[in-house]
Amino acid sequence: MSQIIHFDPDQDFKARSRTAVNDPAQRANFRGAMDFLQAKRRGQFGDQDELAGLRAIGAAIRQNSLAKLPELLELLEKNLTANGIQVHWAETAADANAIALGIARRVGARNIAKGKSMVSEEIGFNHAMADAGIDAFETDMGEYIVELAGEKPSHIIMPAIHKTKQQIAALFAEKIPGVAYTEDVDALIRIGRQVLRGKFAGADVGLSGVNFAVAETGTLCLVENEGNGRMCTTVPDVHIAVTGIEKVVEKLEHVPPLYSLLTRSATGQSITTYFNMISRPRQEGEKDGPREVHLILIDNGRSQAHADEQLRATLQCIRCGACMNHCPVYARIGGHAYGTTYPGPIGAIVSPHMLGLNATYPLAFASTLCGACVEVCPVKIPITDILIRLRNEAQAGEEQASLRGSGAGRSALATAIWKGWSLIYSRLGIYRLTSWFISRGHKLSPVSQGAWTKCRTALKPAPKRLRDLIRERRS
Amino acid sequence: MSARERILGRLRTPGTAPEMPDVAGWYRARQRNETTPERITRLRAVLESVHAEVHETTDWPALLLQIATSKGLNNLLIGDNTPHGEHLASLAADKLTLIRYSEPIDGWRNRLFDEVDASLTLARSAIAETGTLILWPDASEPRTMSLVPPIHFALLDVNKIHADFDAAMRTENWQAGMPTNALLISGPSKTADIQQTLAYGAHGPRELVVLLCHTGVLS
Repeated sequence: MSQIIHFDPDQDFKARSRTAVNDPAQRANFRGAMDFLQAKRRGQFGDQDELAGLRAIGAAIRQNSLAKLPELLELLEKNLTANGIQVHWAETAADANAIALGIARRVGARNIAKGKSMVSEEIGFNHAMADAGIDAFETDMGEYIVELAGEKPSHIIMPAIHKTKQQIAALFAEKIPGVAYTEDVDALIRIGRQVLRGKFAGADVGLSGVNFAVAETGTLCLVENEGNGRMCTTVPDVHIAVTGIEKVVEKLEHVPPLYSLLTRSATGQSITTYFNMISRPRQEGEKDGPREVHLILIDNGRSQAHADEQLRATLQCIRCGACMNHCPVYARIGGHAYGTTYPGPIGAIVSPHMLGLNATYPLAFASTLCGACVEVCPVKIPITDILIRLRNEAQAGEEQASLRGSGAGRSALATAIWKGWSLIYSRLGIYRLTSWFISRGHKLSPVSQGAWTKCRTALKPAPKRLRDLIRERRS
Repeated sequence: MSARERILGRLRTPGTAPEMPDVAGWYRARQRNETTPERITRLRAVLESVHAEVHETTDWPALLLQIATSKGLNNLLIGDNTPHGEHLASLAADKLTLIRYSEPIDGWRNRLFDEVDASLTLARSAIAETGTLILWPDASEPRTMSLVPPIHFALLDVNKIHADFDAAMRTENWQAGMPTNALLISGPSKTADIQQTLAYGAHGPRELVVLLCHTGVLS
């Protein structure tokens, strides 16, 4: 089911990429945005020693938390429960939606105000609520724009990064009653603020993601600039937070370094406007805040990554988006071409666990392995190593398969070719015979060699083998 | 078996955790040993760079009333029986209409959203490094006070500025007990979601006015 939500089944990744690459306007949007975000990040990390030290700390905190994940999740659950926050566990996207729906139905909710949450995109939350007759609406400006356009986010931090202000101006004028066309960004934001303010006051349930869940105190931390996240977690009577099981950290002291790495890597801000730390529902005597707070801990394939020593590093991610901001492939094809909730380098390595390698293996090949993502990752995820591993997994035979969908990229022709190659190169006699035939028949090599000759001259075997040349010189 | 047990079961793998880094040591080594005036300067500079309005004062009620007049405010939301709120009330008289947050939000949600022009809260402390106010909202100064009104006035005692977030947490011993909601606020609400163009006043306050009090908030 979830696959349908994420993938456009009529088109494959290559077809979508080709369309994207041939759209000059969209390419200009992405190029401009990537240059902007790269410069902003660079401005934050002038001191290379500080950056190196902080990254080492960030990586170690995440690795340690993942190594102790089951214990930390139990501690988190214990402390949240003691604080009055109800904890739920979901193995799949469908389970998570069913839990949220159960809560919404019990409290008689007609609508749900949503703060920005990529996990809610991952599980197809809005869709599931709409099917049940509940209006889940986006309140982050970027998400609101994307929802109004009937699209999906093209970037995990800046959802509407693929759109120009002219496109947004036209969208607002068309979709919001009584709004005239204006390209003034301040005016556009005022319009969004006005529309959504009316909806916050009447929201029955608020939904949010979680950036860090602190085990030792039972605290959910949310990072944002707009204040819509605070609205969703403060104004409605019920707050539901959804998060991947990997977001837990052991101690409160682990939050400042990770928070600093997150905002500086993501948008080049030293800090965001709001850092919202929630530890309890509304207490006796308090005058606002939700009366119920729920946390839904979601696996959705993450435990598959966790079980593998190398792939576990995928879960170190703090979702800053720096890898996509610096990726030459993402900059050219944009976020939608990937077809997954999480695009870019992190999307290529995390999506296979959520959707299966069969649906996602082409993404692992959409990389030059240049390593720009590895260089900027604030928690030092070895993304290129993991991409190579996933490429191998995609080709793996049944006996080596270790992931859902392993071997999905295996073709009978490629397998036969490699078997032949292996045979030729491991038997001297066959090697000599084959190379003799190829060199003597060099004139027969085809002029058109598929993708290779699209922008390169055709490969031609040498008329004489190295061993022939050596023999001639000796004689 | 429950979903919880199945998930935890899959996550239980043998192996030892890599060592935790010395976070405290990292921040300690980077301390600048600043004086209060140096911290004020740093805090101000960062806050002003994100469009916060910052004033230093020895008589905040007078200054606040003056700013309220110049901004043409019809009213100001104050906490329920807070010492600084009552201090202001004793001086405001007919100069500014004060609304007290004395009832739960449920009874006046729409009025809070539509009719309140500005609010006044105390900041518990601040962070110089990032230009951040720390608020621990409570029964007398609820969470929505620093969120819903379009203008937020925050009082800060200049002797409560920490160097960084880590120092704030450690000095105030947060780990011993977190409040219902702890907030870091660094400027007015903003967004860059339309073509990376920065705009203020997204969903929270459009303006953040910080009153740095040199002689305590009650004198």
